[in-house]
Amino acid sequence: MRTRTDWLAHAVLGLGVILFAFPVWLIFAGATQDAGAINRGDLSLLPRLSHLGIFFSVLRHGGADGKIPVWHMLMISAGMALGIAIGKIVISFLSAYAVVFFRFLFRRIAFWTIFITLMLPVEVRIIPTYAVMANFGMINSFAGLTVPLLASATATLLFRQVFLAIPDELVEAARMDGAGPIRFLRDILVPVSAANIAALFVILFVYGWNQYLWPLLVATDPRLDTIVIGIVQLIDAGSVLTPWNRMMAMSLLAIIPPVVVVVAMQRWFVRGLTEVEK
Amino acid sequence: MERRTIFGGRLLPAALVLPQLLVTVLFFLLPAGEAIYQSFTVTDAFGLHTRFAGWANFSAIFADPTYLAALARTGIFCALVTLLALALALLLAVFADREIRGRAIYRTLLIWPYAVAPAVSAVLWVFMMHPEVGIVGRLLNRAGLHWDYTLNPIQARGFVIVASAWTQVSYNFVFFLAGLQSISPAVIEAARMDGARGLHRFRTIIFPLLMPTTFFLLIVNLVYAAFETFGTIMALTRGGPGQATETLVVKVYRDGVVNLDLSGSAAQSVVLMLLVIGLTALQFRFLDRRAN
Repeated sequence: MRTRTDWLAHAVLGLGVILFAFPVWLIFAGATQDAGAINRGDLSLLPRLSHLGIFFSVLRHGGADGKIPVWHMLMISAGMALGIAIGKIVISFLSAYAVVFFRFLFRRIAFWTIFITLMLPVEVRIIPTYAVMANFGMINSFAGLTVPLLASATATLLFRQVFLAIPDELVEAARMDGAGPIRFLRDILVPVSAANIAALFVILFVYGWNQYLWPLLVATDPRLDTIVIGIVQLIDAGSVLTPWNRMMAMSLLAIIPPVVVVVAMQRWFVRGLTEVEK
Repeated sequence: MERRTIFGGRLLPAALVLPQLLVTVLFFLLPAGEAIYQSFTVTDAFGLHTRFAGWANFSAIFADPTYLAALARTGIFCALVTLLALALALLLAVFADREIRGRAIYRTLLIWPYAVAPAVSAVLWVFMMHPEVGIVGRLLNRAGLHWDYTLNPIQARGFVIVASAWTQVSYNFVFFLAGLQSISPAVIEAARMDGARGLHRFRTIIFPLLMPTTFFLLIVNLVYAAFETFGTIMALTRGGPGQATETLVVKVYRDGVVNLDLSGSAAQSVVLMLLVIGLTALQFRFLDRRAN
């Protein structure tokens, strides 16, 4: 069969790529221009390479006068994303280990209690969760941003699946070698699930980085503003006074870290995503 | 399914599940229980006295025309976001599955938007569509279309739908592509031999084989559109103009956090919980059936 160029496929995919890439190019170009020019509607699609300094300026001084510097928001976002990703993986890994490899009282109840969290997204329990947080004094604390989001039914289910698929012979052999539960966990389970851990890390990092409603509720102190919160706040104030170029620079800085994580770990991510959800 | 070989010990497994259980009970079950409790009680304006109210809070929200309007609006919104996000993703996946040059690059370029926060993607759309500043918004106005989504409710709805779908396309794309790649080449080859071509082959052979993926994505997208678009809507329109883009979640937030109507918002939360439980149950029943 003669292979010829599939022009239709290139056209459709090319348009798709542009649909997603264009807004990002737009904010890159816009960030380097005068706020006044953008306000007048003179937004050029050609970036002014001499004005790339705007990104450093935003990092140091924030999106608008008197705002928290963007580097600080990025640190909070990174802390939140890493805390949630690592925390969720650790506690889900441990609880799946307990549920699969041990027999204990209330094992089934424990499993179903974890499972039920699937059905209770933050969005449906906004007010009472806030009240609980206030009672514990966790409003406006970094722990408040992360700890309540750490329970994960999906991660627990995934690890359970992986652990159930480990052959009995392997477990037996490890026990013959005198491996106790802790050594088994460290020397067998962790290496066996490494690919799943990598995939979950990508998914959960993005999940943590992109949180909006949760930080909006529990952290009113500007020093705990994540980058996502910071951007939406600025656009809320949206008016003639909005420094559009600085906002665009901020938006670009906000999407770079999670995009880098997804693209760099694409192979694990794609396989993991389709496995996690099934 | 159970394992045969297991470890002994009682304290260790308890210690292993404890962190997860603690977080679950304190931050999931307790608040959910609280919401259910509040939805059946009324508290006076000073927060001093609480009394049992039976179904009163529920009958109140279902008698409230603004709530019913938000319910209908959310239904239409979810349907359109889901349809748009699925259709576009399927189209891209079908072409990305073809044997063409540079397909690995196309895939990467179509997958990265998964990482963009819904709230941030909304901001990207504002930069494009803002009536005075946005590069596309100004073009529309210059063409005499009177584009201003901050004033025109229909434009606001369309805008919120498109921006919400945009964020979800990459996720769907990953699943559709995986689904297409799992179709055996022998099936496609057999269809080709039978003379099934192009669109016909897609409709009669490929799409039916993709049904499990499509159904799974349908539920995930409905849940996404109903619950996770809060950030998008807040950044784009804050539910306005008027209530034109106020979905159920935005309304819970506004009634509960902004207007401090605790009983009403608790009853709304319980309705939302039932919705999620229904959708999740549907999804698991379906997955079960496929697994057997």
